[in-house]
Amino acid sequence: MSRTFLGTPAFPEAARSALANTQLRRNLAHATSTIRAKRAAVVGEVAEWERLRRAGAALKDRTLRHLDTYLQQLEESLTRAGATVHWARDAAEANRIVVDVARRHGTDEVVKVKSMVTAEIGLNDALAAAGITAWETDLAELIVQLGDDLPSHILVPAIHRNRSEVREIFLREMGRYGRPAPADLSDVPAELAAAARAHLREKFLRSRVAVSGANFAVAETGTLAVVESEGNGRMCLTLPEVLISVVGIEKLVPTWADLEVFLQLLPRSSTGERMNPYTSLWTGVTPGDGPQEVHVVLLDNGRTQVLADEVGRQALRCIRCSACLNVCPVYERTGGHSYGSVYPGPIGAILTPMLRGVGADAQVDSLPYASSLCGACFEVCPVRIDIPEVLVHLRAEVVDSHRGHPSAQNAAMAAAAWTLGDARRTSVAERVACAVGKLLRRTRRRAPGGRATLGALPGPAARWADARDVPIPAPESFRAWWARTDGGRTEQQ
Amino acid sequence: MSARDEILGRIRAALRDVPATETPADIAVDRPAPAAASPADVDTFVERVADYRARVVRCTPDELAAHIAAECTGRVLVPADLPTELWPAGAVPDHALPVTELDDVDAVLTTAALGIAETGTIVLDHDPGQGRRAATLVPDRHVCIVRADQVVPDVPSAIAKLDPTRPQTWISGPSATSDIELDRVEGVHGPRNLVVLLLG
Ligand code: SF4
Repeated sequence: MSRTFLGTPAFPEAARSALANTQLRRNLAHATSTIRAKRAAVVGEVAEWERLRRAGAALKDRTLRHLDTYLQQLEESLTRAGATVHWARDAAEANRIVVDVARRHGTDEVVKVKSMVTAEIGLNDALAAAGITAWETDLAELIVQLGDDLPSHILVPAIHRNRSEVREIFLREMGRYGRPAPADLSDVPAELAAAARAHLREKFLRSRVAVSGANFAVAETGTLAVVESEGNGRMCLTLPEVLISVVGIEKLVPTWADLEVFLQLLPRSSTGERMNPYTSLWTGVTPGDGPQEVHVVLLDNGRTQVLADEVGRQALRCIRCSACLNVCPVYERTGGHSYGSVYPGPIGAILTPMLRGVGADAQVDSLPYASSLCGACFEVCPVRIDIPEVLVHLRAEVVDSHRGHPSAQNAAMAAAAWTLGDARRTSVAERVACAVGKLLRRTRRRAPGGRATLGALPGPAARWADARDVPIPAPESFRAWWARTDGGRTEQQ
Repeated sequence: MSARDEILGRIRAALRDVPATETPADIAVDRPAPAAASPADVDTFVERVADYRARVVRCTPDELAAHIAAECTGRVLVPADLPTELWPAGAVPDHALPVTELDDVDAVLTTAALGIAETGTIVLDHDPGQGRRAATLVPDRHVCIVRADQVVPDVPSAIAKLDPTRPQTWISGPSATSDIELDRVEGVHGPRNLVVLLLG
């Protein structure tokens, strides 16, 4: 009962079908605008937010530039605290480690805390192949899993479902996998949440093995942190006898004190709260409290490839807050599924091509084009990842990997890469848009409404412009347009 | 080659541009200092805990027993090392009860390690009086006693006081979800009711 993103069409085609789904667009617009407003309010409360962001970025840079040292330190601290450390070069190796531990305990089920990294490696399928059922315990993940569906947002993976759909899924599916939903279940969210509580409780109380990710791993102490809202994380981290945490090697922070920066940046950027309801911190094994067998799997799976890219390396600072998704005009209209990856939105558009490599797959190569380079993602990013800079850099790489098709797009993108090589972002992105626009105005045509749009574009951009009429970028800067039309909403209605 | 050595090797190759002489300290980190404690911290704490729709009751040491009695009705789990003068009438001491029995009590009563004013957070480090982690998780109602002198101004002040070798649970309001149409619902898997008795 799990689907994967394999075989997703390239972004433009996937986006076209998503754009036609009005329910999805309405839900997404509501979700993203609500979270945007909450985030802005709580970020506004912090007088030194900018200083905090810079500290977050610097701490992650410090970690990444000395990652080998910190990983060895983490391994030592974890081992000292009674945890078993495993290393996994890729998804298959990580899955094998988790399956082996679960098998050793003779279990046919594990409970799971929402974790992007286990989705990235396809752990649930690997467990299923070994005859082990993985129960997703986050409410949204449960909705996605029971609905045989794919997550669409980092933070609220079931945002494409409305309450009546959730009710139907619960009524139809819960009974097949455990405690059924009450027959008179209504579509009131509190009742739906209560049905999930009852359905999952029996699984929490009987499961002997749990799988989690981690938001942070402290090299100095071996402490792992999971930040959550519902308490399903606490259940998984506390009740079972065995805990296996799969941790990407970019999740490290050097010291315990460094957590103070990230525990301020993450909740405010993510759910727009001063603090999320629950944060669990644990250091190996605590006698008499919680799992007595603790495993940590340190995962590469393409991260060292990202690290090797001097421009793209900054993407590894990402703390998966999803703020960049909520401000992205492209994401808001197309939703997470169009990106064909566990990592959607602006961060996915840079991370996926770097993790998987450019030039091998048309779907992956289309992702750096899923952006208008407006720069809103950079402005909200709590660790200051310059996503537009990396997007332009990756477009150049995509173009290079498709050499032999010289085109205006090539020239424009080479120019863009050069411009962004030594100048700063916002106004530059606008200048790039103008430069690209000048080249492309030659192919302009008129949309039915009379708005000038781009016609056939050469190269990968052709697929993007095919899917929707892209406005020619020059007459008004994107930022001015964004402000005037409330991110395009008033213009569209 | 082991996965460990191969990954470390890949990292070193990826970081060829980092000068061999560079140390982590060469990358400057300028961060805001912890806020100075202020008498207003306790008021901020009370206001922000309440913002999460938790119940906050301020009381003096003399009033504490009465408030415990009022908030803790039915079968109430208490950590076995919670001072006995705090035990309510229906106290069920947690002598490593099986989790299914934790699911059978009406509430749990504990103390806390500290409170964070700026974020309205209670931190448990599961020292004596605070119970093991499962004890404050499985019951549906958590009544938590926080002393006014345990309230620190902000997250950096809390981190500075806490011991990383202890397991910790940071609690900011009752369990919550916004997963269905972004409608906030209090109470999914953790306690659906959180009551803070602020002492002093
Ligand atoms: S790139 Fe930045 S804004 Fe986007 S999810 Fe990562 S940390 Fe958050």
